[in-house]
Amino acid sequence: MPSHDVLIIGAGLAGQRAALEAARSGATVAILSKVHPVRSHSNAAAGGINAALNPDDSWESHAFDTVKGSDYLGDQDAIEIMCREAPGEVLQLEHWGVTFHRNDEGKLGTRAFGGASAARTYYVADITGQALLHVLYEQLMRHHEQVDRYEEWFVTSLLQDDDGRCTGAVARSIKDGRLEVFNAKSTILASGGAGQCFKPTTNALICTGDGIAQAYRLGAKLMDMEMIQYHPTTLAGNGILITEGARGEGAHLYNAEGERFMEKYAPNKMELASRDVVSRAEQTEINEGRGFDDGTVALDITKVPRNRTLEALREIVNIGRDFAGVDITREPIHIKPGCHYIMGGVKTDTNGETNIPGLYAAGEVACVSVHGGNRLGANSLLDTLIFGKRSGAHAAGVANSMAMPAVAHSRVDLEQRWIDSIIARERSGRRVSEIKDELGTMMNSKVAVFRDEEGLQEAKEIVGRLKGEQDAAYIDDRGTVFNQDVLGAIELGYMLDCAECIVTGAIERKESRGAQFRTDFPKRNDDDWLKHIDLSVNGSDAPKISYSPVTITQWEPMERTY
Amino acid sequence: MPEYTLRIRRYQPESGEAAYWEEFGIELDGHRSVLDGILQAKDRQDGSIGIRCSCRAAICGSCGVRINGKPGLACHQHLQEAESSARDGVITVEPMGNMPVVKDLITDMDAVHWKKIRRVTPWLLPEGEPPEREYIVPKESMVDVTQSMACIQCGACVSDCLSMEVDPLFIGPAALAKAYRFVGDPRDGQQYERLKDLAEDPHGIYDCTHCFNCIEACPKGVAPMSQIMRLRRIAGADHGIVDRNNGHRHEQAFVTLVKTGGLLHEAELLPRSYGGDSWFGKFHPKAGAELLDSLPVIAKMLQRRKATPKAILSAHKITDHRKLPRIFDTIEDRDKRVELNLYITQPDDEVPETQEEGETESHGEAASTPPERSPNS
Repeated sequence: MPSHDVLIIGAGLAGQRAALEAARSGATVAILSKVHPVRSHSNAAAGGINAALNPDDSWESHAFDTVKGSDYLGDQDAIEIMCREAPGEVLQLEHWGVTFHRNDEGKLGTRAFGGASAARTYYVADITGQALLHVLYEQLMRHHEQVDRYEEWFVTSLLQDDDGRCTGAVARSIKDGRLEVFNAKSTILASGGAGQCFKPTTNALICTGDGIAQAYRLGAKLMDMEMIQYHPTTLAGNGILITEGARGEGAHLYNAEGERFMEKYAPNKMELASRDVVSRAEQTEINEGRGFDDGTVALDITKVPRNRTLEALREIVNIGRDFAGVDITREPIHIKPGCHYIMGGVKTDTNGETNIPGLYAAGEVACVSVHGGNRLGANSLLDTLIFGKRSGAHAAGVANSMAMPAVAHSRVDLEQRWIDSIIARERSGRRVSEIKDELGTMMNSKVAVFRDEEGLQEAKEIVGRLKGEQDAAYIDDRGTVFNQDVLGAIELGYMLDCAECIVTGAIERKESRGAQFRTDFPKRNDDDWLKHIDLSVNGSDAPKISYSPVTITQWEPMERTY
Repeated sequence: MPEYTLRIRRYQPESGEAAYWEEFGIELDGHRSVLDGILQAKDRQDGSIGIRCSCRAAICGSCGVRINGKPGLACHQHLQEAESSARDGVITVEPMGNMPVVKDLITDMDAVHWKKIRRVTPWLLPEGEPPEREYIVPKESMVDVTQSMACIQCGACVSDCLSMEVDPLFIGPAALAKAYRFVGDPRDGQQYERLKDLAEDPHGIYDCTHCFNCIEACPKGVAPMSQIMRLRRIAGADHGIVDRNNGHRHEQAFVTLVKTGGLLHEAELLPRSYGGDSWFGKFHPKAGAELLDSLPVIAKMLQRRKATPKAILSAHKITDHRKLPRIFDTIEDRDKRVELNLYITQPDDEVPETQEEGETESHGEAASTPPERSPNS
């Protein structure tokens, strides 16, 4: 049975960064992931990573942009930490070998990004996330003696002792179906977001909210769950992402009438306003009949010099060609807002600690909250690294002063019976895939860019019904080797828990802030709603709602214009 | 909605039965991917179909398979394209080659691919302590290694590597491309050691046979074979590494023969590779030993009429071979070697308007020079 000081669940950037930091602090570390680490969704972050590293820039400016981007829902103490530590982290990545773009002097070069008052986004062409992920994995291979890797292991439940402390997890080896208890002094969730609750989404198929639901079931508080970011530029049919880097490099948005419509919505920042602002503008154009027939507007990258596009936006040249049949260097590409990121997640402090002792969370699974109501582009890679690192360091520090917890062997039998029962279900209910499909399509129509009470109440009802249907949903695969079918059934449960919390938060927040726009409450209301909505599990009933204050250090809420 | 048929290679390890083919009808737009098709079959007909997949956008590298016999990502090929290249209108999907199959379309990447990646010391080894700020390095060098950084470790190149089929120990295209990512990185302090290691390994850089399969297979334009050739050029020309496997000498002999005659003269090639790159090479004891060693092969060649004594002994020359040195001189006179790179492009005004999609992959400063090829080994 594996036993470690620190168990990390998820091996994207947050998880790998936590593992490296915990190992550097001398802890024994296990990192476990349901996919091979380089398959993680951090790959998809194309555009870059923000840091006020340039002498002309300042961390305060970065922090203010982030606070403003968050529509003042971000906790400013956490944002300050993130922006102060950003330059050091980018340099650390550079020293580890990330092939960051250079300027003519051979120093790190930047590009512009949305919602930022300076060009402070460091990047590797438009494969920044991929480059970072692969370089961190290089370091993980390098430190294989300190970090045990469990690749293709699927967590079924977190463990908790009688005192309420998290003591590790039960996981299933995907390759042979074996269940194992992973005993740990501290457990760090770094398993990413929940974008698959929506369809289409830019998120990978693995982003099923596992960690959010696992923590929630254990009693951890979730926060800001209603805040779902719609990215302004995604492909219509399949939701594939076109990086914000395109607009950062100078691409424009047009409606079907050829109008550069951002002039109306954000006359100063235009296409580089915050994502929530741009997505709403696009959706308004589409809803008011000025979009194309396929419900889209046009992103015109031909404004960017062609050689620059081929060097710096190579990946979206490929995406345009392969997934939309468009040569983006010669013609505009049709795009629309699409589900992209969840600002909410497991509530943590600035060391990644949750309200469950021994349980940490970092990256998209977590809500510190640095993104508040709306995340700025190129702040997510930063978030994963800074809070991954801090969680890893803190968890390792705690591990030094405590004994290995007692092992919960009996849980393996319980989990095994649960999995067997899913496999054995009669073919009387619906297919798992059908329920997943209905959930995603419904969420994308009722809990999207524009929301209202009526739609959200319908969403709540449908999620409730799907939760019921899920208990009888059947699968085909009866085997143990790579039984992805049974994992899909467990993931569906995670997704439904996440969806329920997203809808609950959206109904509760009766104002418009950041990504949450209520057509029935179209104004931001600081008097009543400058606060976080916390959700916690309440037996099998709807989540229990509580509130926590937003931490304000130096930036009082102001009107937000771009 | 158009209909397609997928013929999927199934293998259920627990059934005790051999692998078999199974057909699934699907309904999807032709521009949706083969992966979308497989997922529809999985969702609607048989959830037990095994395939790794995640991003659907050719960045995570999970869904490497063979479609109609060609390796690639399932998410990266449209159904209509796949159907048009299918022999009988049925799109066949099977697991990648050169790796053991775990279940259906899932291969054991760790047993082969990742093991080879770990072989090349796949992390940066800078000299001394890092600077206070970033390393100052030429802009071009970072853009240059970004091409191998673009590798998503999908294994498509490994799948169809002919050398690996013959020599399973060959380090292989993906891992050697990864090696270039460090050799080409000016921040790395172990370039000579890395190159020496990869040249001296009998399964290293000289084990590639230039079949181009990896270049065709790569969905990201990494062109692994080109990276291997660059490793060879840097090892041989820049570091003067002459390996025990005679890889470098072989390459030199090859160039000399082509330069003088325009054609390969096989009977001269091996003596020169082993005995030294001149007409006298064949009198060197090492060349003699190699000749003795090769006698059975030579006998077999003669017997099977792959070669005749006359063809072996007479020099091979093309008619206008005297023009050849000019080509070589032009290339060798350049101050710097010109290397093709995906990310380095020429200024806008030089882009020919009629350029086709496929060519954008390899154009650049080097577009006017012949495609990068080293002599065969």
